Amino acid sequence: MRDVAVIGIGQTPVAEHWDKSLKELAGEAVIAAMRDAGREYADGMFMGNMMSGSANHQQHLGAYIADWVGLRFTEAAKIESACSSGAASFRAAFIAVASGEMDCAIAAAVEKMTDSTSDEITTQLATAADADYEAGMGLSFVALNALIMQRYMHEYGWGKEHFAPFPINAHANAAHNPNARFQEPINLATYEKAGMICPPINLMDASPMGDGAAALVLVPLDSVSSTAKRIRIIGSAGATDSIAIHHRKEPLFLQAAYLSSQKAYKMAGITPSEIDFFELHDAFSIMSALSLEASGFAERGQGPRMAVEGEIFPGGRLPVSTRGGLKARGHPVGATGLYQLVEVVQQLRGEAGKNQLDRARIGMAQNIGGSGSNIITHILQAI
Amino acid sequence: MEVPRYWRNRNQRYALVGEVCPHCEVKIFPPRDVCPACGQDAKTKFSFSGRGEVYSYTTISDAPAGYEENAPYTVALVKLEEGPVVTAQLTDLGQEPVSIGMPVEMVTRRIRQDGGKEGILVYGYKFRPVMAVAR
Ligand SMILES: [Zn+2]
Repeated sequence: MRDVAVIGIGQTPVAEHWDKSLKELAGEAVIAAMRDAGREYADGMFMGNMMSGSANHQQHLGAYIADWVGLRFTEAAKIESACSSGAASFRAAFIAVASGEMDCAIAAAVEKMTDSTSDEITTQLATAADADYEAGMGLSFVALNALIMQRYMHEYGWGKEHFAPFPINAHANAAHNPNARFQEPINLATYEKAGMICPPINLMDASPMGDGAAALVLVPLDSVSSTAKRIRIIGSAGATDSIAIHHRKEPLFLQAAYLSSQKAYKMAGITPSEIDFFELHDAFSIMSALSLEASGFAERGQGPRMAVEGEIFPGGRLPVSTRGGLKARGHPVGATGLYQLVEVVQQLRGEAGKNQLDRARIGMAQNIGGSGSNIITHILQAI
Repeated sequence: MEVPRYWRNRNQRYALVGEVCPHCEVKIFPPRDVCPACGQDAKTKFSFSGRGEVYSYTTISDAPAGYEENAPYTVALVKLEEGPVVTAQLTDLGQEPVSIGMPVEMVTRRIRQDGGKEGILVYGYKFRPVMAVAR
């Protein structure tokens, strides 16, 4: 296996892009990433996306987007694993380059959600769960996360307010990210006044949808000139769990996050304590807590403690959601995993603007598909 | 919901028919054909009692398309007395607040009314609080 580097990144703002189509959004991100990389061609492109078939009546995004961005004739295919489609496309590109099969691969991802009404999107999001035995019983995706959070609070004794630092941190960071969906800070009062969606999940626990696209260009590390910004992928791993929560052995523990992070640490030859910052999957506040626990940063049931004690803020032991996270940068479902990775690269390059961390040498991104059933972890290092 | 799909799952939806592993006795619902405990074939049918308790719950106000007629409604993870956990709506709640550990039992109720050309009424299991029976 060859060492692999990221040499180009691109993203669109996460927003309601009424004036832009699926392909225009994807095209913007891909072209920006290729320009950043200084490349005009690639050997392949892996397109992450969840719901284009229903939300945009367009499947077959490999050929569709390749043609649009001027990569006609290039090998390309869509990759789907619900909310972790973005990281899955990155992992596919990584494997392609690491194996020697491709010398330049593009990981791109797009989600164009505002062409559908919100109840259609609610229905589409629920397709990440079991169609017969979860969604078919009338469960929404938010409800599934609420079931986990309710039980978690019952078992570990946390109060609602103990989750507030997650969105407060995310919104504070997003205030300095021009690509973020929400750029206004919030405070504890905002959190406590927020309306309930599915108790105990309120509006401030839930990440907003949005349209967006992001892309990264991957090449062999030894092909990158030594003067360039060299960002190496030192860990890459995925794992699955039962798609339905009711089939999981421990519904309050993200086994797939544990397995994929452990594999990624092993590949990188590091321990969790060497991670400088963590772009975690804060689709819901409860997922932040579970992700911190399963990835080895907190004991079981103690994820909220890291938030309450301020360890997740810039300058803390493990800054998370450093450019706003899903909560405030926004969650364009299938594209989210690549936003996380673009943001990791920005931090490692020292290009994170006012969000720039003092110490950003090794960064981790973790993308969660479904309610915890497909989790992909990546670790990147500046060299 | 499409008619063939609804028809295929009728034994699960109406009668909580799952499976029991012939190798390690673990009870399985919904059916998965491969035992989650020992990894061997597990296709022996098993009918669950329908009794269990609330493992977790929440309330849905913004229902997915097709489920609006019952909104707001309460949903739960119900731990069946035979072991498995099942995801379902709660019904017949009355004034009693739902709580974790609350005993519940399965009943058959309408889950959704499909519009469009299929137009079928989809029935299936929900769970209600176990009635306090006067003795
Ligand atoms: Zn067995």
